[in-house]
Amino acid sequence: MTDAAIASTATGRSTWERVTSHRDWMGFWFMTPAALILIMFLAYPLGLGVWLSFTDAKIGKAGSFVGIENYEWLSDDTVFWGAVFFTLGYTIIASIIKFGLGLYVALLLNKNLPFKALLRSIVLIPYIVPTVLSAIAFWWIFDSQFSIISWSLTKMGLIDHNINFLGDPWNARLCLIAVNIWRGVPFVAITLLAGLQTVSPSLYEAATIDGASRWQNFRFVTYPLLTPIIAVVMTFSVLFTFTDFQLIWAMTRGGPVNSTHLMATLSFQRAIVGGSLGEGAAISTAMIPFLLAAIGFSWFGLQKRKWQQGGDND
Amino acid sequence: MASVEIRDVRKAYGSTAVIHGVNVDIKDGEFVVLVGPSGCGKSTLLRMIAGLENITGGQILIGDRVVNDVPPKERDIAMVFQNYALYPHMTVYDNMGFSLRLRKADKAEIESRVARAADILGLKPLLDRYPRQLSGGQRQRVAMGRAIVRDPQVFLFDEPLSNLDAKLRVAMRTEIKELHQRLKTTTVYVTHDQVEAMTMADKIVVMHDGIVEQVGAPLELYDRPDNMFVAGFIGSPAMNFLRGKLGSENGKPVFRSDAGLALPIAKAPSASDGRPIVLGVRPEHLTAAGEGASVDVVVVEPMGSETQIVAKTGDQELICLFRDRVMPNPGDTIKIACNPNLVHLFDPDSGKTIAA
Repeated sequence: MTDAAIASTATGRSTWERVTSHRDWMGFWFMTPAALILIMFLAYPLGLGVWLSFTDAKIGKAGSFVGIENYEWLSDDTVFWGAVFFTLGYTIIASIIKFGLGLYVALLLNKNLPFKALLRSIVLIPYIVPTVLSAIAFWWIFDSQFSIISWSLTKMGLIDHNINFLGDPWNARLCLIAVNIWRGVPFVAITLLAGLQTVSPSLYEAATIDGASRWQNFRFVTYPLLTPIIAVVMTFSVLFTFTDFQLIWAMTRGGPVNSTHLMATLSFQRAIVGGSLGEGAAISTAMIPFLLAAIGFSWFGLQKRKWQQGGDND
Repeated sequence: MASVEIRDVRKAYGSTAVIHGVNVDIKDGEFVVLVGPSGCGKSTLLRMIAGLENITGGQILIGDRVVNDVPPKERDIAMVFQNYALYPHMTVYDNMGFSLRLRKADKAEIESRVARAADILGLKPLLDRYPRQLSGGQRQRVAMGRAIVRDPQVFLFDEPLSNLDAKLRVAMRTEIKELHQRLKTTTVYVTHDQVEAMTMADKIVVMHDGIVEQVGAPLELYDRPDNMFVAGFIGSPAMNFLRGKLGSENGKPVFRSDAGLALPIAKAPSASDGRPIVLGVRPEHLTAAGEGASVDVVVVEPMGSETQIVAKTGDQELICLFRDRVMPNPGDTIKIACNPNLVHLFDPDSGKTIAA
């Protein structure tokens, strides 16, 4: 009797009712909005980009599939290889210096300084100023005629003619790296400062009594306790630097003579300015292996260390 | 091992003085407890011995050496912190061996000394664990192990048991005392818990508002407090204080409280009839009696071994701790008596004990 009653209600339910009330379906519905956003704004453009890199699409002309022709073309393109090497150099040099300076600033800010809160907010300024704005400011600082650096050095009698900051390939590269560092240090510094503040002062006191010098305090207490946050902040720093675009575009547009193109700016130059969507897409797609490598590398760094894991008694 | 001498030590942060000239002599091998309410300066004093705080005035000697300007690591002391301060990224073994590693001791020496300390504290099976994987009591023991490994002249403990639950605290108390009896290292121990002080110390230093109120052996402080502060701080539940006047009855001295409660006292200062006075009597020295002073019962708290009764006389509260199982009801009037030899008399203005 009971079985029959249950069977009749089960069959009495429409498919619609099951889809709107069953546990598993409910989960599906909750996931849908997020999934749609991700598919529309991340997966689809990425897929489209990869697809375009296999076509000869131009602006105004739907392309047809050409296989890996774009890539073959790029492999013989010295400008492309120049951009690849500059992107790598830019990322590696800027990231290392940003890490060093950021850590140093964080350690300074972690001390008991007067006006601590004010100093901390001042440090953030380079990070909150819109990139294009600060790029224009630096553009003036590095101007071939009106540069304040050239002017000061001349006044001090150190040089007798203006430095050609952005007109010479190597000078331009170094200037861009310097500006990127200036912009990136606050992010590293403030994040590491947050990490430093989680270290209990009594650990330093214990280490001091144990006989640690200031350097040993850093080497054996601060640094190891900071490694998890260093992994996070450097992963982000590397990804942001590698995919940098605004700074270069605002200051040099890749010049002089293509010497300061990052892969992102070269891709934009070829695809949008030059109209060759397929080729530009191929350059963008070529960034993916590097980014995956960076993520893979930091994945090991981001894993929980043994000492962070709780035990049975926790 | 070494003695520790604190000579007229002062501490001020800017213009705020927190310790006003403290003198304490700690003999070689002694277990001294600094006790007092929070903010009395006991932790600051300990940190000055450790070298974690500068000394504003006076001198601290460890052994025969003035250590005012000696950095912590050269003072040959070890400290156990309230939150243990174990290095979270190091195993128990590395935590304990860290100071030796910094001293560049060779591996065999580190191993043998860590093994010895681990043996003493029963930490052998835990040497490969990280602090996170340990219980509170185990962490506490590792912190002590770290101190023992260094074999210092002086152990410093800064409220080491206050993060443990009540049961564990009692167990660790015994363990620390046992450890001291075994190692006989000079120990300075800070706590706000007078029970810890009473049970562990060879000598107690009672501090209050940056001064030393009294120094003495536990029972000395209990039996002969110098002033009302020490009398009220040592002993649990705290001593009862009754305001009143001295008088006499049938030629014998008697205390009459403002509320009319009369208690006989053994000796009174001569020619003191009518003198205002504070009488102190410990709850455990009051007994339920057939005749004596009448008080009104407010709350009865039976604890099995004893019964605590909060009573009222006039507007003053009186706590009694009876060994016998008396079970009055709230609102009853009971009669209490006390041994006239076990009461204390204090000057109401200065709070000092009046010698009879």
